[in-house]
Amino acid sequence: MKIYVLIDHGNGEIRVPSLESLTLGQRMAEEAGCSLHALLLGHKIQPLAERIASQKVESVLLVEDQKLADYDPDVYCQALSQILTEDQPYLLLMAHIYQNIDLAPKLAAVISKGLVTDCIGYRKEADSFIFVRQMFRNRLNAEVQIRSEHPWIVTMQVGATSVDDLTEGSAQVVERSVDLSAVELRRKPLEAFEATKGKVDLSQAELIVAVGRGIKKAENLKIIEELAEVLGAEIAASRPVVDSEWLTRDRQIGSSGQTVTPRLYVACGISGAIQHIVGMKNSDCIVAINTDPNAPIFNIATYGIVGDLFEIVPALTKKLQEAKG
Amino acid sequence: MKLVTCLKEVPARDTRYEINAQGTGIRDSDLTFEISECDEYSLEESLRLREKHGGEVIILTLGPQRAEKSIRKGLAMGADRGILVKDEEGKLTTPHAVAKVLAEVLKQEEYDLILTGTQSDDWSYAQTGVLLAEFLGLPHATIVMEIGVDPAQKTVKALREMESGWFQRVELPMPAVLTIQAGISQIRYASLKGIMQAKKKELRNIELSELKVDLSSLPEIEVLKVYFPEAEKKAEILQGAPETVVEELVERLRKEAKVL
Ligand SMILES: Cc1cc2nc3c(=O)[nH]c(=O)nc-3n(C[C@H](O)[C@H](O)[C@H](O)COP(=O)(O)OP(=O)(O)OC[C@H]3O[C@@H](n4cnc5c(N)ncnc54)[C@H](O)[C@@H]3O)c2cc1C
Ligand SMILES: Nc1ncnc2c1ncn2[C@@H]1O[C@H](COP(=O)(O)O)[C@@H](O)[C@H]1O
Repeated sequence: MKIYVLIDHGNGEIRVPSLESLTLGQRMAEEAGCSLHALLLGHKIQPLAERIASQKVESVLLVEDQKLADYDPDVYCQALSQILTEDQPYLLLMAHIYQNIDLAPKLAAVISKGLVTDCIGYRKEADSFIFVRQMFRNRLNAEVQIRSEHPWIVTMQVGATSVDDLTEGSAQVVERSVDLSAVELRRKPLEAFEATKGKVDLSQAELIVAVGRGIKKAENLKIIEELAEVLGAEIAASRPVVDSEWLTRDRQIGSSGQTVTPRLYVACGISGAIQHIVGMKNSDCIVAINTDPNAPIFNIATYGIVGDLFEIVPALTKKLQEAKG
Repeated sequence: MKLVTCLKEVPARDTRYEINAQGTGIRDSDLTFEISECDEYSLEESLRLREKHGGEVIILTLGPQRAEKSIRKGLAMGADRGILVKDEEGKLTTPHAVAKVLAEVLKQEEYDLILTGTQSDDWSYAQTGVLLAEFLGLPHATIVMEIGVDPAQKTVKALREMESGWFQRVELPMPAVLTIQAGISQIRYASLKGIMQAKKKELRNIELSELKVDLSSLPEIEVLKVYFPEAEKKAEILQGAPETVVEELVERLRKEAKVL
């Protein structure tokens, strides 16, 4: 039995979430007595394949083709479906990054195999794996079993596995070829750009007051501004606040926003969805103010106050003002 | 232009979830329901495209009878007609099956663009839109934050959100499927006139059994159990009335965390 891990890369670097998947793959392969194989698609990526070959894997499968130089769903899907159909691995692991959100369901449809997305872990039961993922706005966990034939396809949530456990080794790079001649390109890539560049840069901010949907409407932002002012902090937000245009996009923290590491991050009315947490979890000190004692933000906060931000925030501002004199 | 918005009704954000008796989902009774967040944005975007280019907006939902309420809300916002594929008992539990059924219904319709949400607020599989595209043999783009249609060329430009504030623009031939991300535009409220008109708009019901679609060979995934995650509770919870709790917080931030 074989476990495959798709290794994604960009700008000549291996993507960290793929190393997380590889780490998880190592663990699963060991537990199930499977062999682990890394799979790289691209053009002129031999050095990246060599780098993966120094990890503990049975082999590194390298598919080099000029058509694979940039991601395209039709081309990548064709390449992967050929490899999976020929090799029939037990499982293909990939990271739940934007590119694979675009690709994995297509692959699952083309080869008609089961896909479980955005998993945070797994459980081994008898000689099978059961996957754990979040549902219902991240409030519930679910155990999901794939009931169809292998290969199974599983995408792993970014940050769900620590790369600290990645084990080194030495493996052969095996070149594989695929026939992409019949693929018709339908999606034409135009420009790519960084939207927030040059605007508000929160990456150097020492103190941040962040606000979430709990603030309810734009007019209520005043209490957040007052707290930020007395602290001398920058204001940041979760995605829904920005989606509603209460604050500008360049203040959004998270997977589709900025990543920050301030000394102090005060999260007001933010539930703590994974896409938010990845952008702020490395703050030195996190204070969470939320009415819901079960909000996931409390799992990563240093100090928590279970309470109404409309009472707590003004009281905190007042206290800080008094202290300043 | 013919636009289809796939709209899913989900348990409302502000309701308390309780695990059902089987432990495989949440209890349906005593819940309120609403349109899944991304789908409301996708409907808004279809309406804007119709306002710009003319044409028709169709809402397509698979779900129980009660989902008519969400379709009516969409009709009140301005959609032209709705289709509800009825799955009263919730038989279809996998994205493969849902997408297959949606594809089957759409075979009887004409369309230039099909919009779905990026991911649903209940199952959150982030699969259905892309599966649907593949079942219909259409190109797709995911996590879209802007759409520009060129009706003459029959092409659509979609701005794909990427990680960390990056974006990529792609061009697709129409028909195509786009999965829409929250925040693509500002959602309108239904006007009183819209609500009145919605009552008279066509809302077709299709029984699942009417569709000649073979779901038996599709891959199966099964939710064995759902549960509230065990909180690790790393935070130190400060207790007390607002005035005392903030006093303690400031004290801790100064002396313990030394961040002030
Ligand atoms: C592809 C993708 C990318 C994403 N990227 C990002 C991203 O970059 N950044 C991001 O933030 N999100 C992102 N999201 C969205 C993310 O999944 C969550 O939906 C979002 O983070 C939730 O924001 P929130 O916590 O403000 O809102 P909610 O989850 O609605 O939480 C609001 C919180 O406020 C609390 N509350 C309500 N009233 C009060 C009160 N009076 N006092 C105190 N607390 C109160 C509630 O208990 C609740 O916990 C992304 C999603 C997807 C699918
Ligand atoms: N039962 C359904 N009826 C209509 N559309 C659906 C249904 N299930 C999923 N969708 C669409 O597919 C998107 C993604 O759903 P999911 O794959 O469950 O995350 C949703 O936002 C909807 O647009």
